[in-house]
Amino acid sequence: MKTRVCLLIIIVANAVGNVLLSYGMHQVGSIASYSPLTLLRSSLRAASNPYVLIGVGFLIVFFLAHMIVLSWADLSYVLPMTAVGYILVTVLSWWWLSEQVRPLRWLGTIAIVAGVSLVGRTPHRTTEPL
Amino acid sequence: MTWFLLTIVVLATALGDLFQTIGMKQGGEIDDFRPGMLGTALATVLRNRWVALSIVSFAASFFAFLALVSVADLSFAVPATAAAYVVETLLAKTILKETVGRERWAGALLVTLGVVLISL
Repeated sequence: MKTRVCLLIIIVANAVGNVLLSYGMHQVGSIASYSPLTLLRSSLRAASNPYVLIGVGFLIVFFLAHMIVLSWADLSYVLPMTAVGYILVTVLSWWWLSEQVRPLRWLGTIAIVAGVSLVGRTPHRTTEPL
Repeated sequence: MTWFLLTIVVLATALGDLFQTIGMKQGGEIDDFRPGMLGTALATVLRNRWVALSIVSFAASFFAFLALVSVADLSFAVPATAAAYVVETLLAKTILKETVGRERWAGALLVTLGVVLISL
């Protein structure tokens, strides 16, 4: 149960965080030059964009939940399971950001669903506690 | 240069997850989700050197990825880094001694294929 909850938090926080970050960074504008001064200015603008800030907050939650679940679950279980996030990003970017999703991408989504359902049938922990 | 950077990204990501798993398993199963207890548990594991090393690896992977997308297309970089799924499953089996049976391997490979297709 707690494995499922952690996985759900990882998947949702990562996807929502990335979408918010992408949305915010597009508002900040593309980084045209990599001179230190321009980078600093863009970073400050990014850091004052609410979407970027909330996005980073979600990504911190993602990172912590990922650490926590690995305190008991297998890496070879967690890793493929969190790939559900790719599906969520595809759906969110199609729905929120109105990006076009090509047929190949939907095919990839189906492959991920199949893979995740196979891994989901295996036990989440196969090692003894240290 | 592209292949060198790709190798760094994949290895740094895989090692980051490997180190994180070792460190988190050493810290023991986190079971108390009250905010205070969770904070204490996280403060303890952040001092674990494997966890610290994993953060260094993830940082290296992040910067190598930035360098990679500056020399290669994103439509190459993202699917190519899906190789990390295979490398990590191998590391989990050999170093972490996790049981990776036929079902889990098939799932991991399907996920890898899916990630490649999605980002092509």
